[in-house]
Amino acid sequence: MATRLLVDERKGVLTQIDSLSVLIWLALTTIGFFSIYSSEFGAGQESWFNLSTSHGKQIMNFGIGSILAIFVMLTDSRLIHTISYLLYALSIFLLIITLAIGKTVSGAKGWIDFGPMMLQTAEVAKLGTALALSRFLSGHEVNIGNKKDMFKAIGLIAFPLLLVLLQNDTGSALVFLSFFFVLYRMGLSGWFLVIPAWLGVLAIMVLVFDKISVLIAIGIIVALAYVFYARFFSKILPILALFIVFSAGVIFSVDYAINDILKDYQRERIEVLIGKKVDPKGVGYNVHQSLIAIGSGGLTGKGFLNGTQTKFKFVPEQSTDFIFCTIGEETGLLGSFIVVILYLTLIFRILVLAERQKFFYNKCYGYGIVAILFFHFTINIGMTLGLFPVIGIPLPFLSYGGSSYLMFTIMLFLMLKMDADNASY
Amino acid sequence: MINDSQYHSRSRIILIIFLGIGLVFLLRLFYIQIIDPNYKIFAENNSIRREVIFPPRGIIYDRKGKIMVRNETFYDVMVVPAKTENFDTSILCKTLELDEVEFKLNFQKLLGGNKFLPAAVVRQITQTQYGKFQERLFDFRGFFIQPRMARTYPIASASHLIGYLGEVNDDDIAANDYYKLGDFTGKSGLEKSYEKELRGTKGERKILVDVLNREQGRYLNGEQDVNSVAGKDLHTGIDLEFQQYAEKLMAGKRGSVVAIEPSTGEIIALVSTPDYDLNVLQGRNRAKNYRRLLLDPDKPLFNRAISAMYPPGSTLKPVEAILGLNDGIITKETVFNCPGGYRISASHTVGCHSPGSFNLHNGLKMSCNTYYCNVFKLMVDQGIYKNSAKGLDHWGDGLKLFGLGVKTGIDIPNERKGILPSSKLYNKYYGENRWHSSTIISLGIGQAEISITPLQLAIEAATIANRGYYIEPHIVNGVGIKDSVNKLPIKKISTGIPTEYFDFTAYAMQDVVEHGTAYFAKIPGIHFAGKTGTAENPHGDDHSIFIAFAPVDTPKIAFAIVIENAGFGGTWAAPMGSLLVEKYLTGKVIRPQWEQWILSNQYIKKAASKRKAQRAKDSINVLKRKGLLSPDFDENDKKDLHKEKSKNNKSPVQEAKIDYQAIEPKKRYLITKYKT
Repeated sequence: MATRLLVDERKGVLTQIDSLSVLIWLALTTIGFFSIYSSEFGAGQESWFNLSTSHGKQIMNFGIGSILAIFVMLTDSRLIHTISYLLYALSIFLLIITLAIGKTVSGAKGWIDFGPMMLQTAEVAKLGTALALSRFLSGHEVNIGNKKDMFKAIGLIAFPLLLVLLQNDTGSALVFLSFFFVLYRMGLSGWFLVIPAWLGVLAIMVLVFDKISVLIAIGIIVALAYVFYARFFSKILPILALFIVFSAGVIFSVDYAINDILKDYQRERIEVLIGKKVDPKGVGYNVHQSLIAIGSGGLTGKGFLNGTQTKFKFVPEQSTDFIFCTIGEETGLLGSFIVVILYLTLIFRILVLAERQKFFYNKCYGYGIVAILFFHFTINIGMTLGLFPVIGIPLPFLSYGGSSYLMFTIMLFLMLKMDADNASY
Repeated sequence: MINDSQYHSRSRIILIIFLGIGLVFLLRLFYIQIIDPNYKIFAENNSIRREVIFPPRGIIYDRKGKIMVRNETFYDVMVVPAKTENFDTSILCKTLELDEVEFKLNFQKLLGGNKFLPAAVVRQITQTQYGKFQERLFDFRGFFIQPRMARTYPIASASHLIGYLGEVNDDDIAANDYYKLGDFTGKSGLEKSYEKELRGTKGERKILVDVLNREQGRYLNGEQDVNSVAGKDLHTGIDLEFQQYAEKLMAGKRGSVVAIEPSTGEIIALVSTPDYDLNVLQGRNRAKNYRRLLLDPDKPLFNRAISAMYPPGSTLKPVEAILGLNDGIITKETVFNCPGGYRISASHTVGCHSPGSFNLHNGLKMSCNTYYCNVFKLMVDQGIYKNSAKGLDHWGDGLKLFGLGVKTGIDIPNERKGILPSSKLYNKYYGENRWHSSTIISLGIGQAEISITPLQLAIEAATIANRGYYIEPHIVNGVGIKDSVNKLPIKKISTGIPTEYFDFTAYAMQDVVEHGTAYFAKIPGIHFAGKTGTAENPHGDDHSIFIAFAPVDTPKIAFAIVIENAGFGGTWAAPMGSLLVEKYLTGKVIRPQWEQWILSNQYIKKAASKRKAQRAKDSINVLKRKGLLSPDFDENDKKDLHKEKSKNNKSPVQEAKIDYQAIEPKKRYLITKYKT
């Protein structure tokens, strides 16, 4: 009996795994491999499999990733549920010891050296946080509308975020903010999204235009609101008043924030992005070269291994953060479309999987990885397209890098395992 | 916990945000990849290095197919600074004959720039340097030798004809976008006027480069490369051997020889001395040599044959004879009595050398000034118009029929028109109707304000040789490569004057050579026609002029010779002309005594200064030998050089231009003395 059950469960694993997600994972991994190969090609690089090269290592990552995926599929998702906090604690521990013994790579002290492999602890922390947050949110009596629970949830997110910030890895730290999407989905007040968004809009407007024009614009919005909602004036008056005070506060503190809180390179990246500063040779170099690479791809691209901008190293960091340039240049609009569509499909698919989960824990976890994937996708491609400031975070499954590839793979297959288990209950 | 409807609306909001971002990305991709073309241009600029393929420049041939100028491969030493390893600068500089300090400075600069970009160390090394350097190349990693085509002149001759090349200047680039900085273009002579044909069309090679500008192969395997089109060759009517002979005779003199084939208008020889060796205006020392030539007081870069202007003197007389006959103011039998001068007023006389009574034939033969003053008087004061102003302009129009005072349209640049004084000029000086032929009588014998180029004199000779017409002079008769040479069209310009007047004048000119003023020029067995002239020159000695064509009946060559400050036309220019006729018609010269005579008359001032310099050098050497002077003493003492320079400081350009305002108009005829 027990044996049959086990066999049945195994069968369930193979038949009930969500094949669309696995196919997209394979597709993105393959595209990533060829893009990494192409970005290295030309610098005396001919062999297809060589562990000293990035694409060779990526094959190895794929191999390890597959083993880990199978391993995840063979575990019981309920076990994961049980050890969520343990894993969270482990990742926090890793973050802390990284601060002590970590290796510094391009300015961020975020890696632990394991001999043959370097582990980026922030990547582990993403998974740990997603699990812990899901565990917390799925707890009995937990209501995110409740201030106490809300602060607890925010605390779960803020702790690793601050530790990663201490590692001087702003990009990865920002990824933790994506969990607010989960909180929002689970009932956090919409103000937590609206207010930061409005803050961002105001800040950009103040940087692009000037304070007075922005104030006038706000005045016009308030006036319009008064005209259209005159009937409810007494009702919306406190909101309007708050709005005006908040906006004015933001407007007059942007200068301070820009000049005193942000680091010089961060400020310059923002200035380049909004077109206040033209510096194609200095700070704007990455984005300028990235746009050239993608823009010169045209409709169908220059062909595999024929991308001049990426192959001849005009684009920096092209196998990691700027991997999308290789795709844009060598496969053109068609290839870029396909990659964007693949990501959106994967994200929507996981969203669908999350929605159909019976367990609230699984649902939360699904939303967690959707939020992380979406954040990486948006920031990374937005950066290569010159729509977002340069923030060095990888493109999931595509960018070269063991830690991120493996952690994203585990993250994805955990979801698939939960979904498979979900069907068998 | 939130209720279900809120839950679903939140799902929808999240969905909308995701879709919104996706849509923004796709639109942005569409915009930068399809609509905005700038990124493709940036990408090309980034990664494609366009290398120009220079076509070989056209070759110039003489009429017998001898090469006057061709291309040769020269070698530049280049270096890619990043690829160099420790090397011995002193050995490098010794082999390439470079200044070590300067080289080190330059190399330091190169190391500071783009280290992967090849840069020139030395341009155009010599054969011996090439050999030596090639042997040691393995010692100098990062250095390489790059071949380059440049002009070479097998025979150091015909410099004014061929012209030199130079780098394009800003104006050239602005005027024609074919040229890029550093390109070469014809700056004078045929190289300039046929630049478009000679240069061909540049090609382009697209090379892929990486971010450090290292070559990474051909762009699209060379599919988009454009081949260069070789320049077209020029086939000229120049007889190089004859040209060289004329140059030899003119050596050491200032002046020019222009020889034309009357039947075709082809220039056979065009000599302007002093000239220069085109090879020195090419290669490493070009700038230095160019400056030297530019500062040379004898103006070797000035093409006297087409740009210098002289009073034609008596060489104008055959034209006046023909014009007089054509107007009917004289006949062949018209006799004027010469008392040894033409009396203008009680106190003023135009001198003449051989008194007597002359008809038209003898008047030309003896170059009688009185006779032609009378002809001029008849033409200007009486003639068809009976009005001095109209008469003078009619006389000028007649001269223009012979190519005098008009641009002949020769196919090299900087041709001068010459000066034909018109009635306007004299009306301005003297007032309307306040002057007559006697006021300007010097014009009648080709002196004073009239100024003609040697080329125009040759055209005059060709017009008489052809008995009434000339062909627009040209050096090039065909343009093209090998078998597809396009013959250039010729343009005939007719005087409209009956042939018989030309015949009469031609035979009178034959008598000039055989029994007249040019009897030094007579060649036994060859009948040719000529006319001597002596151009008065307010700045110095007279210019010796001779125009001729040979043989008189079936002319094969017509030419003009001007030797500056040499004296009488009959003494210098005519014997030289005789040698030229003999050389051209028979291919050899059997009168070495005349050749010696011409060659012995080196341009005196120059020779004198040279001798003086040599004397100074000798005496310094003597002093050094005796130990009275330190062996380090600089022979080219600046003081001495300065002295020589100031002595030779007379510009031939200034001499060639007659500055009539410098001479007081009313006294001008007074300077007319006994001159033929």
